Amino acid sequence: MARAVTTQRKALNTAIAWAIGLLIFFPILWTILTSFKTEAQAIADPPVFLFFDWTLENYAVVQERSNYMRFLWNSVFIAGGSTILGIIIAVPAAWSMAFVPSKRTKDILLWMLSTKMLPAVGVLYPIYLIFIKLGILDSRLGLTVVLMLINLPIIVWMLYTYFKEIPGEILEAARMDGASLRNEILYVLTPMAIPGIASTLLLNFILAWNEAFWTLNLTAAQAAPLTAFIASYSSPEGLFFAKLSAASTMAIAPILILGWFSQKQLVRGLTFGAVK
Amino acid sequence: MKLRNALFAASALVSVTATAALADGHATTLTIATVNNGDMIRMQGLTDDFTEKTGHTVEWVTLEENVLRQRVTTDITTNGGAFDIMTIGMYETPIWGANDWLVPLDDLSDDYNVDDILPAMRAGLSHEGTLYAAPFYGESSMIMYRTDLMEAAGMEMPDAPTWQFIREAAAAMTDRDNEINGICLRGKAGWGEGGAFITVTANSFGARWFDEDWNAQFDQPQWAEALNFYVGMMEESGPPGYATNGFNENLSLFQQGKCGMWIDATVAASFVTNPDDSTVADSVGFALAPNSEGIEKKSNWLWAWALAIPAGTQKADAAKEFIEWATSTDYIELVAENEGWANVPPGARISLYENANYKDIPFAQKTLDSILAADPTDPTVDPVPYVGIQFVAIPEFAGIATEVSQEFSAAYAGQQTVEEALEKAQAITNEAMEAAGYR
Repeated sequence: MARAVTTQRKALNTAIAWAIGLLIFFPILWTILTSFKTEAQAIADPPVFLFFDWTLENYAVVQERSNYMRFLWNSVFIAGGSTILGIIIAVPAAWSMAFVPSKRTKDILLWMLSTKMLPAVGVLYPIYLIFIKLGILDSRLGLTVVLMLINLPIIVWMLYTYFKEIPGEILEAARMDGASLRNEILYVLTPMAIPGIASTLLLNFILAWNEAFWTLNLTAAQAAPLTAFIASYSSPEGLFFAKLSAASTMAIAPILILGWFSQKQLVRGLTFGAVK
Repeated sequence: MKLRNALFAASALVSVTATAALADGHATTLTIATVNNGDMIRMQGLTDDFTEKTGHTVEWVTLEENVLRQRVTTDITTNGGAFDIMTIGMYETPIWGANDWLVPLDDLSDDYNVDDILPAMRAGLSHEGTLYAAPFYGESSMIMYRTDLMEAAGMEMPDAPTWQFIREAAAAMTDRDNEINGICLRGKAGWGEGGAFITVTANSFGARWFDEDWNAQFDQPQWAEALNFYVGMMEESGPPGYATNGFNENLSLFQQGKCGMWIDATVAASFVTNPDDSTVADSVGFALAPNSEGIEKKSNWLWAWALAIPAGTQKADAAKEFIEWATSTDYIELVAENEGWANVPPGARISLYENANYKDIPFAQKTLDSILAADPTDPTVDPVPYVGIQFVAIPEFAGIATEVSQEFSAAYAGQQTVEEALEKAQAITNEAMEAAGYR
């Protein structure tokens, strides 16, 4: 009897989880479906769901109008570069905060996070002027550095949380065995925190990929990533939803595929230490 | 021997490079920031013609209108130099021109024939008589209506109707059971969306944003009359949720046959008469935007997307060459040749409306009449200290009008009364103008 109740409950939970999952995924699904419709079908009322004349015309138009590969390469460079750079800086920072904390460590952590609370537009002009002076406006390098700085507090926080789960005695033992600080971090700490580092990498790559304020405001023709590619198909005067959906689908496809293949690592990393 | 060969090879390389550079002349690459609309997309497709003629190549940065506005504003105010040409509108041009942020277009070639630009467009894109941006495409607003529904309602649309007629016709055309709304109008918050529409509506009721001393005028009876009229008509005959409808939402409703009338940008005429997208393409008529009985000013606006050269560019000469090419009569003919006369950029040049081929387009004459009926230097019944019809050409306006239109939209949605919205609008505007030093 007890087992029957458990099974029913499990089924109910599964059904609820699926319903929530579908609800969250629906806007993406709708975007993908709309990308295969004509502009007239895209705004049809009542909306058409699956039974329409599927067309690849929007993709053809988008391909013809835009240099998709350039936008894609810029996205890969900027998101990948900022994430790797962020990890390189954040690992030692998180190590010191987790294993050799000072009286001010918690304050520093909170202060770092507080920088995320400032609206980005508040510092647009100073950063824009710095970019002009340094001659890095519309450059991949400049954008990589900015996105790294923006995501650094999150990277440090995530790594700090993972590192705190690792017993300090293990590092102490390594030190007693004569390991240098570099070797301690590289060969003892890092392998133990791989799930956490992997999920931090993935999450920050996704955040950098989707970042749409700085990537639009600090680029023009050369360094514009896929967020600018999507923005170029949005129009308040004219119904181009099908083309916009095709552009959006092309922009999110790489990150969706990456997320799909790495979901196990992502979930494992995000729940690392959660049951303790 | 080896050294001699090396020197010979080096000098040959230098001379080849020099010859190539000379052949290239002053060829350069221009970066142009622009909006995503049909006319601009067509231009991007025809850029090869410009490159063939001048040797210059073009890099396009296409952005959504509001994103573009923020992007180019940041660049021009910091003298960033990210763009060689910017697509800007009538709101920015006189303000930026006055600040010397734009290169004056006062030395365009004789072939360009600057006198062919429609006077209203030229006035709106100038500061103290100097042209700072060349209009690529211009628009006003007008009534688009369903001829079949109008006939079924037993009414006939005059060429220049009044608001009172429009309200009556809207009520007669409304058929809630069949989801037909007599009239669809913008209500969405935003200075360029519902804010623009209610401003021109208010103009046609005798209202104005400011008196000659920059005092807000929302406490005057004309504003109350205009706003109450609009809300009353929309409640009787407008679509549900009109408070969140902008251009695209109304376009969608009209194309699906759910609006009897729609008053909006003249550019919409080509969309609603396109049988590929519109289910009512063969039954659309056009009329001038209405005015209130006894008031001469009509509720039509004037807007242009124009090309301007930021003062920070290093390529002003090449940029001028591009602007001359893109806004010339030759370009219009190039578009007509490739895409047909219905797709040429409208509203910029007088000669287009004298062209026999263009006169056959059903909405061409009404578009011209609407543009000619709009005067940005004399937008209201009572005198005002500003230029602009659906906007006030001062830097503070975009922020103020966005806030004010949010209050109006809240009134449309029934979250507050019209009187409360006007009271708040008055306070918001006066406070902002005082802070900015106008009062």
